[in-house]
Amino acid sequence: MTGNVLNFPILSILIFLPLLGAVVLAFVPARNKEVLRIVTLGFTLITFVVSLVLLMHFDSSTYKMQFIDRASWMPSIGVSYFLGMDGISLVLLLLTTLLSIVAVLCSWSAVQERVKEYMIHMLILETGMLGVFVSLDLILFFLFWEIGLIPMYFLIGIWGGPRRLYANIKLFLYTLLGSVFMLVGMLALYYAHGNITGEYTFDLLKLYEVVYPYNLQWWVFLTFFFGFAIKVPIFPFHTWLPDAHVEAPTAGSVLLAGVLLKMGTYGFLRFNLPLLPSATIAFTPLILTLSVIGIVYGAFLALAQTDMKKLVAYSSVSHLGFVMAGIFAMNLQGLNGGVLQMINHGISTGGLFLVIGMIYERRHTRMMSEFGGLSKVMPIFAFFIAAIVLSSIALPGTNGFIGELLILIGLFKFSLFPAAVAIIGVVVGPIYMLGMYRKVVLGKLDNPKNKVLKDLNLREVLTLVPILILILWIGLYPKAFLGLTSASTAHLLEVVKTNQVKAGAAVAFNVGDATHAPEQGGHR
Amino acid sequence: MTQDMAMASWPILSILIFLPSVGAIFILFLKKEETELIRWMGLGISLLVFLLSLYLPLTFDASNPGFQWVEKAVWIKTFGIGYYIGVDGISLLLVLLTTFITVVCMLASWRDTTKKLRAYTALFLFTETFSLGVFMAQDLFLFYVFWEAVLIPMVFIIGIWGGKRKLYSSIKFFLFTFLGSLFMLLGVLVIYQYHGSITGVYTFDSTILALTPLAPAVQFWVFIAFFLGFAVKVPMFPLHTWLPDAHTDAPTAGSIVLAAVLLKFGTYAFVRFSLPLLPNASMQFAPLMIAISLFALIYGALLTIAQKDMKKLIAYSSVSHMGLVMLGIFVLNIEGLKGGLMQMVNHGISTGALFLLVGMIYERTHTRMIGDYTGLFKHMPVYGVVFFIVMLSSMGIPSTNGFIGEILVLIGAFKAHWFYAVVVALGILLGAVYILWLFQRVFLGDYHYVGGRLKDLGLRETVTALSFIVLIFVIGLYPKPFLNVMDASFTKLISQMEQNYKKAELRGKTSNVTAGLSDNIAATVKETER
Repeated sequence: MTGNVLNFPILSILIFLPLLGAVVLAFVPARNKEVLRIVTLGFTLITFVVSLVLLMHFDSSTYKMQFIDRASWMPSIGVSYFLGMDGISLVLLLLTTLLSIVAVLCSWSAVQERVKEYMIHMLILETGMLGVFVSLDLILFFLFWEIGLIPMYFLIGIWGGPRRLYANIKLFLYTLLGSVFMLVGMLALYYAHGNITGEYTFDLLKLYEVVYPYNLQWWVFLTFFFGFAIKVPIFPFHTWLPDAHVEAPTAGSVLLAGVLLKMGTYGFLRFNLPLLPSATIAFTPLILTLSVIGIVYGAFLALAQTDMKKLVAYSSVSHLGFVMAGIFAMNLQGLNGGVLQMINHGISTGGLFLVIGMIYERRHTRMMSEFGGLSKVMPIFAFFIAAIVLSSIALPGTNGFIGELLILIGLFKFSLFPAAVAIIGVVVGPIYMLGMYRKVVLGKLDNPKNKVLKDLNLREVLTLVPILILILWIGLYPKAFLGLTSASTAHLLEVVKTNQVKAGAAVAFNVGDATHAPEQGGHR
Repeated sequence: MTQDMAMASWPILSILIFLPSVGAIFILFLKKEETELIRWMGLGISLLVFLLSLYLPLTFDASNPGFQWVEKAVWIKTFGIGYYIGVDGISLLLVLLTTFITVVCMLASWRDTTKKLRAYTALFLFTETFSLGVFMAQDLFLFYVFWEAVLIPMVFIIGIWGGKRKLYSSIKFFLFTFLGSLFMLLGVLVIYQYHGSITGVYTFDSTILALTPLAPAVQFWVFIAFFLGFAVKVPMFPLHTWLPDAHTDAPTAGSIVLAAVLLKFGTYAFVRFSLPLLPNASMQFAPLMIAISLFALIYGALLTIAQKDMKKLIAYSSVSHMGLVMLGIFVLNIEGLKGGLMQMVNHGISTGALFLLVGMIYERTHTRMIGDYTGLFKHMPVYGVVFFIVMLSSMGIPSTNGFIGEILVLIGAFKAHWFYAVVVALGILLGAVYILWLFQRVFLGDYHYVGGRLKDLGLRETVTALSFIVLIFVIGLYPKPFLNVMDASFTKLISQMEQNYKKAELRGKTSNVTAGLSDNIAATVKETER
């Protein structure tokens, strides 16, 4: 534990700044829409600056948790308020704070109704997302995990599309289903740790210290798997995603794709791999199979879509299949590629939802058949969507390329077959993405409604510029980003490899008493 | 046992118990026409009681597991009946809940009730007296008196100010609880007789009774008798059928006090009397109780999903939630017990608030049918936000009070068996289904109500609702003080149970008791003991 170099609770400040913003907004009269927007933007900007301070003081040479911040909360059951972060958290924090700014900017003119509530929900959502990435106590993690659901429920439920009610309850129940099982899994770990060490705690770092018997690992992995796989989403748990995306307002889609889906993959990295290494190895074939199916299935479904948002939603299923495959290839290239691809997907898919939102705001349709030849009336738009599409299909020179390449190398190293199948996804990706680009931007401008479309204004360009910078920056100089996470990923891999051996040895001694122990405690 | 009992320097508890009744009698002497005065008097008295009750947590000694502010006086000497009241960590929160809820009831009926206002206000104050008595009485006979007495104002409240089927519902409510209570009385008498025959001391003092546990075979029957009395009140499946009827026909404030306070009598009594007095039977029955609780949790939730009337929906959700409380109690470990008590308080807060909120809309439209509204959020944003937060609490979403209780019960349940935790998880999920579905149907979507645009909450309504919101988040974010209060008392309860369990085992071996419920048998016991 590196402790906290700054000696002040910067992580608490980071996660509660947006919430403070929400409180401030509550006191701004609802009719001052411009003031509401500016205050929200201000708070997301300050939060971003705070996350940059973290970046500046971050020590990338260690995997250990930094900027630790803890306080007592429910000591009688071993729950504490415990924050800390490593490289993987850091890049996700940066992604979250940046995309939050983007999300506020893109709702500037798109949301005219009930601006106040909308902005309050955005800020609460940011607090929830940031909290997930820095919580080192299982219960605290669960708290932020669930809190993120509520503003999302409203963003879709109030500002969403026509089928929002259906999409909403599907999203909420799916996620809740996963998370209640995750909670049961957490309790199992809590008791296992207590039975082995005598200390009952939800402190993640303490839970890390124990090697759990294989049997228990297997079951806990299964519960965590449900919780996280639904969020990712891994095939076949993905069906809520297209519905939620289609009905969500643009900013909701941006944050959903950009950040919320990463909570699932982050959960695997933070909990499953280091806590349950033996089970991780045991589940690897299953997860790789599902991921590879997801890559191909998502890609082909995307190919069949006529609605742009649905297309991008299904492409997310495919891309997150890549991320999961990278993580579970269980080697350094795959893992690094997976982590980088989490960020890349946030940038490129976030960007795609943004540009789609921009033309939706102009035309109120997302059907590709309604468009064509937009490059003639909207050249700036055409440029940005081209850049983002290229990043999404992983053209060399863009961020997507580095991530996908690393994942494929990792997969090949693991085994030839899954890599070969994943290649199909790489091939189909450009077909649907470029197909969309061709149908919407290129070709003849034959729909009269499109002839009068205005090109992007300054605010919209400003929204997209950070995305473009990141695409090129990561694409051309990936070392800067990989360097932040490499210590953590290397350590993670080492933990899985060594603990797996230890757990194998521990099975003989522990499995008997530790699996039955939870059952003995009752009826005293 | 007696050494950790703290006598009161002034009779604070008696004042709390009887002040509402004194106020009620005073109100009855007011002129019928002065409705405003009657309302303000009712509110004033309940507020005064509430403020007075805040003295308890301020001076409560959390390290003392025994009763505090104890008052003891002889009442009927020949039968060993005493006026014995005291509050410990188990009853403290419930006492506070009762005084708080009564204030809310006064505010909730401000515009709702105009008919026979004097009697109405007085009956609520009497209910408060008897409810506080139930939570404070440590003499079994005194407890029984308060327990039965509370039926009277409640039956009148439903029967006079109730809805369409008020007579049917109030009689059903009365018969169910009254029959249950008779069995309970029988159980109490068996304990009394038995204890007297062994020790020669005939008393209803529960702390003395707890020193000499009954033989396991006798415990078995007394537990069943107590069960019939308490389970009706909880209500536990399959004795719950009076609840939806009583709730649908009760006026808003009646539903609030019924759900928030009266339903806690049963669960409280299990903790207070069944566990320490009948430890062997409690352990013997625990698997059955757990099974019923888990079933009620799921079954109640499924029934809730199917409801079309908002009040019925909340009533059935209570069956489910009280299943969780009972589960927490009967996994018989400290986490579960704490979770159970926390859930009692939480259920009081969230369900009380839900009935209050449904009452607010009913006052405007006189319909509670879910299908009659959509999109209320548009014109009633304050109402919508409050409703949503209360729902979050009812669902047990983290950062609300509901989560604290739920996680404790889950921890306790998991400790007993992992499977219980899985069922609870399912119950939580089903809970989210009916709650979210209700919210979607009523609040989201496009606005529609036949009567046109509805007014958002007024100042009085907002203040009432806000007090619940504050409680929800205070308990949810900083539960430590609330959990600390109960710690010592539950630790003591568990050790007492263990001791009594062993003592009773010994007694069971030395005597040849065959199970029975009459004095004859108690006499036989006496013979064999000698």
